[in-house]
Amino acid sequence: MISLTKDTMQIVREQDVVPFRNRVRELATKIGMSLVNQTKLITAASELVRNMLKYADGGKVVLEVVSKNGQAGIRLMFVDEGAGIENIPQAMQDGFSTGRSLGLGLPGAKRLVNEFDIKSKVNEGTTVTIIHWKNGR
Amino acid sequence: MDRIPILKMGPFLLVTIQVDLYDRLALNLESDLISMVSKTGARGVLIDISAVNIVDSFMGRILGNIASMSRIMDAETVVVGMQPAVAITLVELGLTLQGVYTALNVEKGMELLYKKVDLLSEQDDTIEEDQDPHDITD
Repeated sequence: MISLTKDTMQIVREQDVVPFRNRVRELATKIGMSLVNQTKLITAASELVRNMLKYADGGKVVLEVVSKNGQAGIRLMFVDEGAGIENIPQAMQDGFSTGRSLGLGLPGAKRLVNEFDIKSKVNEGTTVTIIHWKNGR
Repeated sequence: MDRIPILKMGPFLLVTIQVDLYDRLALNLESDLISMVSKTGARGVLIDISAVNIVDSFMGRILGNIASMSRIMDAETVVVGMQPAVAITLVELGLTLQGVYTALNVEKGMELLYKKVDLLSEQDDTIEEDQDPHDITD
């Protein structure tokens, strides 16, 4: 997999979410991603960025256009330095939440994108990486 | 603070969301709508989301909350104009918007609201009560 472009956005306030979503849409449009796949990617990104704000007081997102076997895609890496997740399998369950929400954020985001990876260390932070390919497969 | 305008149209409240929502804006809409239902005695709420590109789990939960809160206040809620891509995404996300009525567009949503709150038959009742009850037996 090769990285074609790369930039970083800091997410510290709720209002940062709107320009961030727009930036993801811009990149997805640039590689010719269909509207349905764009919507899935941005919705997943929106869930993950909310988690970052809610549980870690923000963080940064690395946005990349990547290419593998001639197919373009968008890779987003959400990096925070929050409390971390103690039990990742539990956090990935539908309906589990420590914050009185619906508990759909992490598992829902995973369902919406092609590739999903989560790494977390208690008291150090969490990194979630997602990739969505241009044709959604 | 940013706010989404709420219009009163007869017995209903009409909201057209024209901007990208962030959480605080959605929460404001929720509380504004409920206090408007209480203030105006509205019987229905119509929310047009045709300009909304993204509905994530938070926004979906707000829509569900608005519907349940309005119902407790004796008003029905209809969400109209959802984009196909948003509908596909919502279902894959795992959000089925239970308890929220939906319609394809504003016109159909209005029809649905009139049916749900049964305003027409209430009007008929009052007309009948005004008449001499003996005349109705014919």
